[in-house]
Amino acid sequence: MKSRADVVIIGGGVNGCSLAYNLVKKGLDDVVVVEKNYLSSGATGACGAGIRQQWSTRENASLAIQSVKIFEQLSRELNQDIEFRQGGYLIAVHDEKEMKQAEKNVSMQRSLGLKVEILKPEEITDIVPILDVHGMKAIGATFCPTDGHANPFRTTFAYADAARNLGAEINTHTMVVNLKASKKTIQGVITDKGTIRTNIVVNAAGIDSKTIAEMVQVKLPLTPFRKEIMATERLQPLFEAMVISFRDGIYFSQQKEGQIVGGIPIPEEKGGYKTMPTFSFLQHMSQTLTRYAPLLKHVNLLRHWTGFYDVTPDARPILGEVKEIKGFIQCNGFSGHGFMISPMVSRLLTNLIVEGETSDVLESLALKRFKGKNIEKELSVVG
Amino acid sequence: MKRSIVCRCEDISEEDVIQAIDKGYTDIEELRKKLRIGMGPCQGRVCIQLVARILERKTGKKVATIPLPTVRPPLVPVSLGTLASEKDEK
Repeated sequence: MKSRADVVIIGGGVNGCSLAYNLVKKGLDDVVVVEKNYLSSGATGACGAGIRQQWSTRENASLAIQSVKIFEQLSRELNQDIEFRQGGYLIAVHDEKEMKQAEKNVSMQRSLGLKVEILKPEEITDIVPILDVHGMKAIGATFCPTDGHANPFRTTFAYADAARNLGAEINTHTMVVNLKASKKTIQGVITDKGTIRTNIVVNAAGIDSKTIAEMVQVKLPLTPFRKEIMATERLQPLFEAMVISFRDGIYFSQQKEGQIVGGIPIPEEKGGYKTMPTFSFLQHMSQTLTRYAPLLKHVNLLRHWTGFYDVTPDARPILGEVKEIKGFIQCNGFSGHGFMISPMVSRLLTNLIVEGETSDVLESLALKRFKGKNIEKELSVVG
Repeated sequence: MKRSIVCRCEDISEEDVIQAIDKGYTDIEELRKKLRIGMGPCQGRVCIQLVARILERKTGKKVATIPLPTVRPPLVPVSLGTLASEKDEK
């Protein structure tokens, strides 16, 4: 392991690996990733694989739109198939109040150049034939055809391989024990395999980001939420879009291999570091899913697992340098949508680290926003 | 050409596993995510032991020291209809 680096990234998820790739691509020589387990072992590896641009806040929508442009050519750029495909996202709308919010969201999304439609109930099954519009109690839906999916493992591995080929050092099974800082400046990272001197540390450790930040007395408003998700057996291709509902909290889609993957929150869930899957989830998921798509009652559920959302008070990520410690950069708090915006997040942070260049999006997602009184909350959250 | 199947659910051969190990995927969880071994209906009952043996041969790590992937419920496939029919007894 290197003993000195330009940048040390803590966390080998999709954001840590894509950042490492973008930094070495921009010409930095010594970029080191430290991952306590294996690559994609945290939230990335447990995620639902969806890529959505239909958000309620301008920052999330704009990050996602720009990320999709990168995803569209990413397999070619990284020279590995990340299984990106654009089957769209269909968001069910259940009542007039939701329709008002949907219209507001769509008008903001369209102002950013996104193609989004508002569907009548009878148009829903044109997009996803297996849905039962009455069962799902929908009065309409929004649909964006350029939303889609990619394989989160493959994306992370492809970024990591490309980063290694350009000279980045990626250390798995390496645990950060402490951070060194003096005179309000980051000095290094102490791991169980040795110390790395550096003046820039990126905290991309998912739910452990909070613990990492505490090592230099920085408080992050992150709460871990256990999220459960399931996969069925493989089926012939039935539908291409991801189906989601903010009211029911459900999301599901069919993956490339044919399995249906989806999740839903359980009503009794509270924040905390719990990892056990629950029977309550299986009940809620199967009942809601078969209400949306009755045909699926004949399909076998194969696996059921949990992952964490690292949730911030406004459900938007914490990005950029903190003002308390020079060189300590945050890349966490993704609140369940870190995978889909990772291509653009890593580019913005690369510009910040290499060129010292900031942007409106980075400014509005800085940690210091939580000190203000007017926090705009992201409303379009599922799972 | 002879092709030894390691994972029947996902049709992964011994060569596929060896190639992935040579590319640096030396953790059973990484191999699982790279190749989808253990993600089929048998949940790794057939392949994981075989993959652990191949890992031992390639890396020298003893099978007993290779951590197994997380066990994920249910133990056998269950239909969504069956799960949905279960009512709370409250």
